[in-house]
Amino acid sequence: MRRVFEDELNDLHVRFSEMGMMVNEAIYKSVKAFINHDKELARDVIKNDHLINEREVDLEKRSFELIALQQPVTTDLRTIVTVMKASSDLERMGDHAVSISKSTIRVKGTTRVPKVEQDIASMAELVKEMVNEVLDAYVKSDDKRALEIANEDHGINHYSDIIYETCLEIMQKDPATVPGSMDYLFVSSYLERIGDYVTNICEWIVYLQTGKIVELNSNAKEDDF
Amino acid sequence: MAMAIASAPQQTAVATPPIIDSHDVHLWYGTNEALKGINLTFHEHEITALIGPSGCGKSTYLRTLNRMNDLIPGVTIKGEVTLKGQDIYSSSMDTVALRKEVGMVFQQPNPFPFSIYDNVTYGLRLGGKPSREELDEAVETSLRQAAVWEDVKDKLHDSALALSGGQQQRVCIARVLAVKPDVILLDEPTSALDPISSSQIENMLVNLKKDYTIILVTHNMSQASRISDRTAFFLQGNLIEYDDTKTIFLNPHKKETEDYISGRFG
Repeated sequence: MRRVFEDELNDLHVRFSEMGMMVNEAIYKSVKAFINHDKELARDVIKNDHLINEREVDLEKRSFELIALQQPVTTDLRTIVTVMKASSDLERMGDHAVSISKSTIRVKGTTRVPKVEQDIASMAELVKEMVNEVLDAYVKSDDKRALEIANEDHGINHYSDIIYETCLEIMQKDPATVPGSMDYLFVSSYLERIGDYVTNICEWIVYLQTGKIVELNSNAKEDDF
Repeated sequence: MAMAIASAPQQTAVATPPIIDSHDVHLWYGTNEALKGINLTFHEHEITALIGPSGCGKSTYLRTLNRMNDLIPGVTIKGEVTLKGQDIYSSSMDTVALRKEVGMVFQQPNPFPFSIYDNVTYGLRLGGKPSREELDEAVETSLRQAAVWEDVKDKLHDSALALSGGQQQRVCIARVLAVKPDVILLDEPTSALDPISSSQIENMLVNLKKDYTIILVTHNMSQASRISDRTAFFLQGNLIEYDDTKTIFLNPHKKETEDYISGRFG
């Protein structure tokens, strides 16, 4: 029976990795749309989000079935738990890509600030890279790499601070930039949240490998609050 | 946000054609009604598990499917059981022929006190005079299907009783396979075996279902959940619930089923 179970477990892995790619593509497209002011592309992301949601439901259903029918223990059980938890993180990342797309559709036509958009583009590049890396670390079950990736989240928070400061400054100087800046702040915080979800997935990779539930980059401890 | 899990459609097993159909089967041991009107349909190329607490009637029911209860004194059976549309309780039914089509494997491995080769070919030699080549081929094919060929190929003419329990049980399964039945009935085939042997038998059954229909009585709930396509739950002579194994183990409709499989009674 071990063989049937392993086939199903492998199938679960593949489907999870595919979901990761779907989410990665959604983030990539949503940021590209935001930077290029591409309303069509943004709509595309919103339209396809249901595929990500359905994949999460599918993964959960398969996980429940494997747990109920195969009674997995040790690494097998941790693998399934990891897929269930990490897929819900991925799904939320997809939701943030939708939120970025909604901002893209809203921001068009309002007064724009190239410097902030440039920072958002750089921040998004970093996020995209982190998402790529975490999916790779998941596939390789590389917990050491996961710890390094979680550390990269500080770079994202750094951009988030810069964008916050810049927006505050320009809004005070020129009220016409307020509507646009609001969306800049939203998009920056969505990206920042995506980074946090990447950190969560890093935690699940550590759990998968070591069985320890760790808290990486606790928000309360971060940034000297 | 993700949809609620409850709204996810239940995947149902793709229905293969029915092979055994039983309708309103009652069975009495003397005055004691052990089966109280069982309706069950078994599908080709599926593994169906019959589960339930001791004395619920699952083994009794299994034995009605190839008329093994006929041999027990004081038994009265009513109702209808058909194999590929043919009534197996009709007076014209030849029980030897029936048991070739519906073979049975028991809880305790019960090899005959002959060589492995003679055990496997026993059924074939009963039915006629096959050539040596035919017998040789049947022995290898059946032992391979029963996943025991590699263990015994160099000692086919040694006594089957010298094998381990798990090997004996697989030789007994090979003995059933040799006569090419349509249906294999197994009455707790792994309860006398250790976990490794049990797992080998489970693997073998999953491989066999592409060629056979398998009906399995088991006390081992995880065995039922691991390998069966459908599960029937018996309680006190009644069939309480019969559904896809996924439904029975994830979301049964009857409270009794849920209580039993979660270990609340039984």
